[in-house]
Amino acid sequence: MTVQFSPAAGRDRFVGQAISRVDGPAKVTGLAKYAGEFAAPDLAYGVVVSSAIAKGRIKRIDAAAAEAVPGIVKVITHENRPATSQKPEDYQDAVAPPGAPFQALASDRIVYSGQPIALVVGEDFETARYAASLVRVEYETAAPLTDVTAQSGASYDPPMKRAGIKPPPEPWGDAAHAFDTSEIRVNAQYRMADEHHNPMEPHASTVVVEKDGTYTVYDKIQGVSNTHDYIAGAFGLKPEQVRVLNPYLGGGFGSGLRPQYQLFLAMLAAKDLGRSVRVTLTRDQMWSFTYRSEAIQTVALGADPSGKLTALKHDAVQGTSTYEDYQEVIVNWSGVLYDCDNVALTYSLTKLDTPTPGDMRAPGAVTGVFAIETAMDELAHATGQDPVQLRLKNYTEGDQTEDKPFGSKELKEAFRQGAERFGWDKRQPEPRSMRDGRELVGWGMATGIWESMMMQSSARAVLGADGRLEVGNQTGDIGTGTYTILTQIAADTLGLPLDHVTTKLGDTKLAQAPVAGGSWTAASSGTAVMKACRDIAEQAFKLARGMDNSPLANVDFERAVFTGGRIEVAGDPSKGVALTDILKATGTERLEATAEAAPDKDFEEAYNAYTHSAIFAEVKIDEELGVLRCTRVVSAIAAGRILNPKTARSQILGGIVMGIGSALHEESMLDHRIGRFMNHNLGEYHVPVHADIHDIDVIFVDEEDKANPLGVKGLGEIGIVGVAAAISNAVFHATGKRIRHLPITIDKIVAEG
Amino acid sequence: MNRFDYVRPSTVAEAVQALGADPAARFIAGGTNLIDLMKYDVERPGRLIDITRLPLRAIEAKDGGLRIGALVTNASAAYDAQVKERYPLLSSAILAGASAQLRNAASTGGNLLQRTRCYYFYDTATPCNKREPGSGCGAIGGVNRIHAILGASEHCIATHPSDMAVALAALEAVVQVSGPNGERAIPISDFHRLPGDDPAKDTNLAPGEIIVAVDLPAKTFATHYTYLKLRDRLSYAFALVSVAAALELDGDTIRTARLALGGVAHKPWRNTQAEALLQGKPANRETFKAAADLVLQEAKPQSTNGFKIELARRAIVRGLEQAAAGTPQSQSDKRIQ
Repeated sequence: MTVQFSPAAGRDRFVGQAISRVDGPAKVTGLAKYAGEFAAPDLAYGVVVSSAIAKGRIKRIDAAAAEAVPGIVKVITHENRPATSQKPEDYQDAVAPPGAPFQALASDRIVYSGQPIALVVGEDFETARYAASLVRVEYETAAPLTDVTAQSGASYDPPMKRAGIKPPPEPWGDAAHAFDTSEIRVNAQYRMADEHHNPMEPHASTVVVEKDGTYTVYDKIQGVSNTHDYIAGAFGLKPEQVRVLNPYLGGGFGSGLRPQYQLFLAMLAAKDLGRSVRVTLTRDQMWSFTYRSEAIQTVALGADPSGKLTALKHDAVQGTSTYEDYQEVIVNWSGVLYDCDNVALTYSLTKLDTPTPGDMRAPGAVTGVFAIETAMDELAHATGQDPVQLRLKNYTEGDQTEDKPFGSKELKEAFRQGAERFGWDKRQPEPRSMRDGRELVGWGMATGIWESMMMQSSARAVLGADGRLEVGNQTGDIGTGTYTILTQIAADTLGLPLDHVTTKLGDTKLAQAPVAGGSWTAASSGTAVMKACRDIAEQAFKLARGMDNSPLANVDFERAVFTGGRIEVAGDPSKGVALTDILKATGTERLEATAEAAPDKDFEEAYNAYTHSAIFAEVKIDEELGVLRCTRVVSAIAAGRILNPKTARSQILGGIVMGIGSALHEESMLDHRIGRFMNHNLGEYHVPVHADIHDIDVIFVDEEDKANPLGVKGLGEIGIVGVAAAISNAVFHATGKRIRHLPITIDKIVAEG
Repeated sequence: MNRFDYVRPSTVAEAVQALGADPAARFIAGGTNLIDLMKYDVERPGRLIDITRLPLRAIEAKDGGLRIGALVTNASAAYDAQVKERYPLLSSAILAGASAQLRNAASTGGNLLQRTRCYYFYDTATPCNKREPGSGCGAIGGVNRIHAILGASEHCIATHPSDMAVALAALEAVVQVSGPNGERAIPISDFHRLPGDDPAKDTNLAPGEIIVAVDLPAKTFATHYTYLKLRDRLSYAFALVSVAAALELDGDTIRTARLALGGVAHKPWRNTQAEALLQGKPANRETFKAAADLVLQEAKPQSTNGFKIELARRAIVRGLEQAAAGTPQSQSDKRIQ
């Protein structure tokens, strides 16, 4: 059972409704300010000079010409860089992987191409940018290693595991033997491409030096607490000396989880100069800090002729940097998705001379699920099974990787509704059997999965004498609709009109909350907001009962209905009192509450929690010319309670579009000779454009979950997971050609064999 | 981006004079390519000569054909009633390129003068003979899936990115230029050049010259034409291979054939031998394949762009089929005809 928001009332007015974004007007009118847009008196502008080589050292760096440009304040390089903390752990942020985090300008050593090697600070951006072009550098170049294929032989099991990332489970059964003796076997290697997040908003930080010597930092970050603690640690400041804000984010997709080097450099310059500094990275510099690194995956499936799995092996070798062991969950999903008695899941890293990879929307799941769900399609074809039926045959009600049942799993219903909406029953199973004029038509499907998580979070709520409520915490709205859903939850809990509620986010002055990531924000911040508002409801109710001639005098809290800015008696709306009257009559200036929400330990011990999806995709292909159009996608999502069908649908739509990009377009191309990503701009790094996107249909199936009182499971990642597999499976169905290496570009479609 | 002077002449003569012999001066019209290049420090002009006030925005009849002023925007040219009716191949090619916003800004002359999209040309951290003569070619042996398969040299394997120019090549347009020594006309086939050992030079424009117009001859190919563009997404990407095909037919027999390719060479690639082969032959797949084979006879792959040879072969055949059937490729419906 999930709670209703209005205590005792059972009537949610806003939760569950398709409410438009409350922050929408600010965003479309330009009132919403982003990290690189905040003004400050006497603001200086820093422009980053990037390394031309991937490995080696700086022999000489000559900034004289740059410094001579009128309007240049200072050029900071490793040679004159002010000291910061000597302890590597001070640079560890809340989501850092094990290792020694990168420190800009720390020495003459170059560890990846595009590494920042100087910050040119000027009175205005244009002057700084010009001067940056005058910095001359001589390098001593070493041969970089950036080819994950070539380095896969040197892979290793990371000695330190990354917090929050489950390593592969111990194998069970005997997968090798079972595979060797299986009647039906599928065994193949799957590849993706390196991808870069490329949110619309560039990474930027504005560090404002206040008159009292404290710092106000506007940073492109998915959670201000992470920036705050990093700044305090790296620069040896007391927590109260730093305030970090980021009320809006122009997309993050994970690239804003960790504090990036533009923040460090802006802070370095501001502290050194005693002057406010802004550093905004260019689009090209998006290729110089984080990315989704490719993994080389092998999946081996053994089955009996009916398609029942008898063996499952999934191995991944993923690239990381030379200085951190970035880890994500790639192979575990195979063990969670299917029932099988003999399973071996293995994951290792190999070091590359690139920046440390980072979480990118559904990190690990996008990669791993592409492999397992393509392999399952290969098994369906090998056994002559319908792909949906094959998945039902191997369906599991429990998570075998940890021997726990699922808290809820309506994937069967997602298959049913998705297939029905798509018209899957009209699919002719044979590859190359469906056509539309000259084009081959392919229908493919896949399952998606993401872990449903909740993080300890707090929230604060303040009800003013005017009946207006303010709620909020430190987490970020990364474009997902967090402002809106928290407003809905708060309004319903206290029975207020939507426009009486203001939600504030992204400010370290607000109640503690973690970064927004992992699809955990709705559950975490939503629960905390609901609890804080419920606390206020109880306070208001108590006050109301104590009023003279209170209509609620003999009423229990359970019978109180919060609606229309009033507390009423259930079943008798004539008996009630307005919240504003309660505060006025009792001389209360405001009611305040801070509440904390944490994962339910009992639930977590008993169950594992995942969201699921069933994705159906149609492609039409001109085979001779290799031109592919993804004409339809239906995604049926099982993700618990949907707080706002409109923002929820937008999340899934965005995920599907990004999944189409992953399947067909996105590819950062490395020149391994120089260890450099070469297509470092949006002209040549392709993401889908309007012409690539056709009909997308999103279904939310009913799913009741009890991991948290809201019944929500999170939506930010699940939309993208499995999309690439559904599309690649559709390509196989259309052409009979199995393309196991993303993105599926023209050259791969027209290639022989 | 460097600091630069800025002047805004109001006549062609003033513009030519302003350019003078200054190798560091650049004309700027739409700026859709030049400003990017300046931001990347690939172009560092000492002086920008803003030519947007020059009276070069007319589209007018000329010798049975059409004269398009150098400052006519790509959008204005593509949607001009006369161009659409008489030279739909040109209209189609323009609409296959860029985005609506870019076409609104980009000029006819600037489109011809846009620089290659080779990754190495744009990245000053890497060698590039076109950007920095003598530094070497980063693309050879590097990331080169979009690079040339025809007419490349050991110094440069860049391609010319224009779609419009490919149609102009097929239509045998003439580029009108003005310079210190007066006016002259350059056939489009001689306008762009192959890289040879001087890849820094994209065109045969002489120092100090400015494009004033592009003339379209009287032959329009308004019935049997197509512009077929293949790329890495369905819109807003440069051509891996594109084909401008234009035919005149007598029944099923080819009377005249024009065929130009984009995305495969340092200039729009036209092979007159292949056109001659098509003439007098039946308009069928067999004929088209023979022409395609001839065009690609001398194609050479780089390390990762070998697929473009077969792709170009198939695109030529399909393009000629589309032209012969009178079913030109739509630029809005991305389904291939």
